[in-house]
Amino acid sequence: MKALRFALAVLARDFKSGELTVLVLAVTVAVAALTGVGFFTNRISQAVSLQAAEVIAADLRLESPNPIADSVFNEAHRRGLQTARATALVSVVFVDQQNQLTALRAVTAGYPLRGTLRVADRPFGPGQAVATIPQPGEGWADSRLMARLGVRIGDKLTIGSTGVRVTHVLEYRPDQGSRFVDLAPTLLINASDLAATALIAPGSRVTYAALFAGDRGAVADFKLHLEQHKAPAERLLDVEESSQQIGASVKRAGQFLNLAGLVSVLLAAIAVAMSARRYARRHLDAVALMKCMGASQNFILAISVIELLVLALAAGIAGTAIGYGAQQVLAYIVRDLLSGTLPPPSFEPVLMGLVTSITVLTGFALPPLLQLRTVPPLRVLRRNLDPPKLRYAASYVLAVAAVLAMIAWVVRDIDLTRWIGIGMLLTFAVLYGAGLLLVLSLSGLRGRVGVAWRYGLANIARRGRESAVQIVAFGLGLTVLLLLAVVRTTLLQEWRASLPAGAPNHFFINIRPEERAPIQQFFVARQLSAPELYPMIRARLIEVNGKKAAELPGLDDRGRGFAEREQNLTWTPTLQVDNEITAGHWWRGDELGKPLVSIASEYERDLGLKLGDRLLFDIAGEPLEVKIASIRKVRWDSFHPNFFLVMAPGLLDSAAGTYMTSVHLTPEQKPMLVDLVRQFPGVSVFDIDRLLLQVRDVMDKASRAVEYVFLFTLLAGVMVLLAAIQSTRDERRYESAILRTLGASRRTVLESVAAEFTMLGLLSGALAAICAGVVGHLLASRVFSIPSSLPLIFKVAAWGLLAGALLVGITGTWAARSVVNHPPIATLRQE
Amino acid sequence: MAGRSVLKAENLGKEVNSPEGRLTILAAVDLDVEAGDTLAIVGPSGAGKSTLLALLAGLDEPSTGKVWLQGAEFSSLDEDGRARARAQQVGFVFQSFHLVPSLTAIENVMLPLELAGRRDARETAHQVLAKVGLGPRVQHYPRQLSGGEQQRVAIARAFVTQPAVLFADEPTGNLDTATGTRIIDLLFDLNRASGTTLILVTHDQSIASRCRRRVQLEAGHMVR
Repeated sequence: MKALRFALAVLARDFKSGELTVLVLAVTVAVAALTGVGFFTNRISQAVSLQAAEVIAADLRLESPNPIADSVFNEAHRRGLQTARATALVSVVFVDQQNQLTALRAVTAGYPLRGTLRVADRPFGPGQAVATIPQPGEGWADSRLMARLGVRIGDKLTIGSTGVRVTHVLEYRPDQGSRFVDLAPTLLINASDLAATALIAPGSRVTYAALFAGDRGAVADFKLHLEQHKAPAERLLDVEESSQQIGASVKRAGQFLNLAGLVSVLLAAIAVAMSARRYARRHLDAVALMKCMGASQNFILAISVIELLVLALAAGIAGTAIGYGAQQVLAYIVRDLLSGTLPPPSFEPVLMGLVTSITVLTGFALPPLLQLRTVPPLRVLRRNLDPPKLRYAASYVLAVAAVLAMIAWVVRDIDLTRWIGIGMLLTFAVLYGAGLLLVLSLSGLRGRVGVAWRYGLANIARRGRESAVQIVAFGLGLTVLLLLAVVRTTLLQEWRASLPAGAPNHFFINIRPEERAPIQQFFVARQLSAPELYPMIRARLIEVNGKKAAELPGLDDRGRGFAEREQNLTWTPTLQVDNEITAGHWWRGDELGKPLVSIASEYERDLGLKLGDRLLFDIAGEPLEVKIASIRKVRWDSFHPNFFLVMAPGLLDSAAGTYMTSVHLTPEQKPMLVDLVRQFPGVSVFDIDRLLLQVRDVMDKASRAVEYVFLFTLLAGVMVLLAAIQSTRDERRYESAILRTLGASRRTVLESVAAEFTMLGLLSGALAAICAGVVGHLLASRVFSIPSSLPLIFKVAAWGLLAGALLVGITGTWAARSVVNHPPIATLRQE
Repeated sequence: MAGRSVLKAENLGKEVNSPEGRLTILAAVDLDVEAGDTLAIVGPSGAGKSTLLALLAGLDEPSTGKVWLQGAEFSSLDEDGRARARAQQVGFVFQSFHLVPSLTAIENVMLPLELAGRRDARETAHQVLAKVGLGPRVQHYPRQLSGGEQQRVAIARAFVTQPAVLFADEPTGNLDTATGTRIIDLLFDLNRASGTTLILVTHDQSIASRCRRRVQLEAGHMVR
């Protein structure tokens, strides 16, 4: 009780005197970063689990690329199950000259069998549950579609060769959550309108879904029945499995954001350790005095622990409150990417905030505070008597344990914790090494600058290790922000610019054989050259060299996709211009009509194939075995029609399929698309520019969210800087006093301070520029396949240096200014 | 004066390790101080004055010999045990005042009372500060006080618990002569008034001469 009262009194005094400000701020930043992300991901996962039960809008769902036979529905009815149909396809919706790629969903009465539809009377307005579906001739458009096309309720939308009138804004449908981010907005129509659109032709990319619901046992029995009787391309989904999949992808996104938050926590922890050390150092005398007056070791320990707990509580609460506010901003940034509105967060992140602050303080502030316990009381007579040296090994063990505990808490996976722990440690070590090198590189500069700068640079070099830590602390935040800015703006632009002028920017698929000549004439009539048409047919890989494709060993996600899903293939006598044979040979005249296939290098790699392998395909129900005759490297971003699988012509000519092509249209030529879609309603048009715009929009928002989280990292960097300045304040004050006694003006001393922090900022910026440059280069060459340009690297470097110098220079000089203002005589008297 | 023994030392000595091997900084000190007595420990720099004071006050452990405080053996207790004994019976005044810079004058004086768990800390501290002539300055921080005033706060802090023994280590070492004289006057006045035993380390003969007894140290040995 005595210790508690005493600790509270000491705490209140320390707080008033500003001794604890940086420490508390640093913990607050750490807590805010993690709880901000925590509240946000909590809302998302709540939304997911709320929807989990209705995520497939049924108890059981059968999806197929082909229409589902009536017999399946009859069987379900016989077993007393409810049924509904939902057909989904992507198509372009028109209003006047405007068009928008849209996910069209045609449903029958009864949809959804589980969950309810919600509609609103204006875009982004509050939704109301309804028990019906759109009437024939009606369409319910979601808010994004309304916004992008600029339509209002009552407007008419053209889909294929028919039109629907928008009667409601679709606010929510149960099976919308199947993906976290959906590229195309939704238009819900009545299934009876689907035929009139004429959008569906043989070979069209359509997903047919059959929905079933009813008594649990009956559903389970029916599931068994379907598993035995379903066609290979049909996919059976039940609630548990689907929600697990969504749960997993949401969890991954959440873990990523949490780890981003953890980086801030780590930096803040460094600041905590620094200021706790200074706090302990400044309290050595007072503790020695208290012991001299009769305070026991346990009393001192109790005070330290109580102080720590009170601090943890205060910073935990403050940080959590800030985190709650931050989360609102995060949700606002990504509002367009989410389907529906988010439920309010639960209280779990509050616990997370407290755990964070207690862990950070225990791991990083407790060791120096524990040291106070062992201060010898004799120090009152001999100032040079320090407590036994902090055992660094012991204190590091505590810190590392704290960090690992935080990672484990966030990722909830032992293996991942280990790897992330090692990864973070290595990253910090490499960055720290780079920081030290940068500090060392300054020594050459010292002879060539004025006195203020020389003194500033000398300060950085003298506190080499601390300087390196500060450079890393800032460099890390800056790196990520720079990188995201580069990816978000420059890389995408450069990639687009790197595409050859006149590269096709529109794809046309689902062209029926009889439409080949008319569609070529359509373009010729409009002063365009007749585009080359490629036949397209769907095939599913069944066996490789006599072994089941699904059982191929060591497949990754894409490999499994190749092995399990249908692929489009084509046949052509001539190798496409942007293809290059890397193994084998293109068919010779005598090989036409032979069972040969040319595969793309991705297909080869992901399935582990080689030249001469025999592949057995199921093409429209017929088996066909072909031998790999060549492997091609394909430049996919040329936007010419390209295929993973190309067969020799003459083999499949009789198989019914559709054709596709791509065309370059200037903005002035685009209006012809309206005519084209009217004339050929079954043909689907993909506008690459618009698609890219959409991709960019998603990337933009996602990266803004990540940037926002990394702002906390920058803030934590500021905390490290403040802690470092605070821990050197006495030293700086003394040096400033000496300099001024020796005749330096206030201005000169201030200049040296500004020089020191500006240089520190430049070094952080340099580190950030190097890291962002390297990663940016890798992204450019590996992901975007564009040569990384020097101007880009210079731009990154310039921004890094400027941002670093300004941020650190201004913050540092501002925080250290009082050193200069302190009268020298007062300082020297104290010494 | 044939009073009760308050502080007693027998064969007290201290050795430390140094690069040249074991170094004796104090040897074979025998001492018996009675209640209310005043004792000056004098000698040149490095003679072992502060070491003796530290051993007598239980701030350090002796290499040889024993110390009794109020009849109980003091030197065999562990650090916490000695701290308890100090809390109840010992006060200190230092050459460099040792006020806690973040605490006001009254908070500094309250500190030992609070450590002892006293509820009346503030009133008692007020009274003692008034006694040393600092009544109007209780809310000042150490840096806002002159050297003499700071030492008065330190003296108030030393007397506030009414200790049996008060140790003063060169209490005027950081003060000018006039202020020093006033501080010593205050120290002796309070000592008389409260019946405290005063043990004073000084190299100033005029201050030493005001004490009833004197111990002269040279090179770690008692010569008188």
